Amino acid sequence: MAAKLLLEVVTPDKLLLSKEVDEVIAPGSEGEFGVLPGHAHFLSTLKIGELRYRIGGATEYMSVLWGFAEVTPKKVTILAEVAEKAEDIDVERAAAKVEEAEQRLKVGGLPSELKDAQISLEKARLRKKIAERARKK
Amino acid sequence: MPSLQSLRRKIAAFKNTQKITKAMKMVAAAKLKRSQDRILAARPYAHKMRGVLGNLSQRVNRASHPLLQKRQGKIVEVLVVTSDRGLCGGFNGNIVRKSAEFLRQCEARGVKVNISIIGRKGRDYFRRRTWPIRQEWTGIFDKLTFEHAIDIGGDLTDNFTKGTFDELYVVYNEFKSAIQQRVIVEPLFPVNAAAEFGSAQAEGTTGGSYLYEPDETDLLNALVPKHFQIQTFRILLESAAAEHGARMAAMDGATRNAGQLIKKVTLHYNKTRQAAITKELMDIVGGAEALK
Repeated sequence: MAAKLLLEVVTPDKLLLSKEVDEVIAPGSEGEFGVLPGHAHFLSTLKIGELRYRIGGATEYMSVLWGFAEVTPKKVTILAEVAEKAEDIDVERAAAKVEEAEQRLKVGGLPSELKDAQISLEKARLRKKIAERARKK
Repeated sequence: MPSLQSLRRKIAAFKNTQKITKAMKMVAAAKLKRSQDRILAARPYAHKMRGVLGNLSQRVNRASHPLLQKRQGKIVEVLVVTSDRGLCGGFNGNIVRKSAEFLRQCEARGVKVNISIIGRKGRDYFRRRTWPIRQEWTGIFDKLTFEHAIDIGGDLTDNFTKGTFDELYVVYNEFKSAIQQRVIVEPLFPVNAAAEFGSAQAEGTTGGSYLYEPDETDLLNALVPKHFQIQTFRILLESAAAEHGARMAAMDGATRNAGQLIKKVTLHYNKTRQAAITKELMDIVGGAEALK
C-alpha cells in the first residue's frame, strides 16, 4: 500500500484522533461517502451518523453528530460538534437513552418537542449501535 | 520608636495578608490548570475551522455571504476582553491601556468608534470615558460555556450584518504560558482571506477544484456563523486562562513581598525588645551600685 490518508477528527473539546488510515467512510448530509487516498478535493456537511475508518484489515468505528468534513488527496479533516470513539461509549447508558427517547416520543407534545425527541432518539440509537459493534470485536 | 505591642500587631497583620495571598495563589493555580487544558484542547478545532473556511472563502464569491463582505470601514467597533475580578497584576491594566491607545488611533483616522466590553473590570474603566459603549457582558468567566460564545458571537454577527459597525477588532490577552500573557489586537471583521488564512494556503491544500456537498451557499450558511462562534469561544478561553495565570503570578509576588516585610519587621521588633531588656538591666545594675 503506497499512499495513506491522514485522518484527523477534531471537536471543540479536543483533537480526538490523528492517524494514518487506508480508507474513511463518513456520513455526509447527502448520503454516506467513502474516501480513499488520492480523493478529489471535497467539502461536505455531516449529519448524525457513523464514521468508519480502515487501517489495513481492521475497521474502527466512531459516532459523529453533525459537523464538516474536508477532504484533500492526502488528508481528511472531520470537524465534528460531538464525536466519540466506539470504545468510549457506555453501552448500558446508550441503551437507557434509547428507551428514554422512545418514551418521550410516545407521550407526545408540541411539534418542536417531538422534533427534539426524534433527534435525541436518532443520536441514542446511533451510539448504542456503535457501542455494541465495539463490544462484539 | 514604635512600641513593642504595635510591632507585634503589625507582624500579625502581615502574616494574615500573606495567608490570604497564598490561598489565592493556590486557587488560581488550580483554576489555571483547568482553563489551560480547555484552551489547549480548543485550539486545534478553531485552527482547523479557520483553515477550512479560508480554503472555501478563497474559492467562492465573497459577496455571496453577508458575513464575508468587505465594507469601507466607517464605523469601527472594539471588543475589549477583560476579567471580572481584580488582583491579577497588570492583566486588566494592559488591556485597557492598549484598547485606549487603539481607540485613539482609530479616531485619528477619522472613523467613528464604538466599544463593547466583556468583563466587569473593563466596564468599570470605560464607563468613565467618553467612548460610547454599545454592549457589555459581565460575570461570564465564573462558568464559561460554549453557550456564552454562541450568545456573544451571535450578537456580533447580527450587528455586522445590520451595519452597526464595518470593522471589529478584539483586544484580549493571549495565553502564552502560565506566567506569560500577550495583549493582542485581532481583527474579526471583515474576514481577510489573504492574510488571515495564509497558513491554509501554505499547507498546500489549494489547487484543483473542490466538490461541494450540499452546494456552496448552504455550506457557507452553515460554516460561517459557526466559525465566528468558535473564534469567540477561543478568545474567551484564552482570556480566562491568561487571567488565572496572571493572578497566580501576582499572588506569588505578593506572598513573597509579605514574607520580606515580615522578616524586616520581625528583625526590628527583636532589636527593640533587646534594647528594652538592656535598658532594664542597666537600671537594675545602676540601682544596685547606688545602694553600696
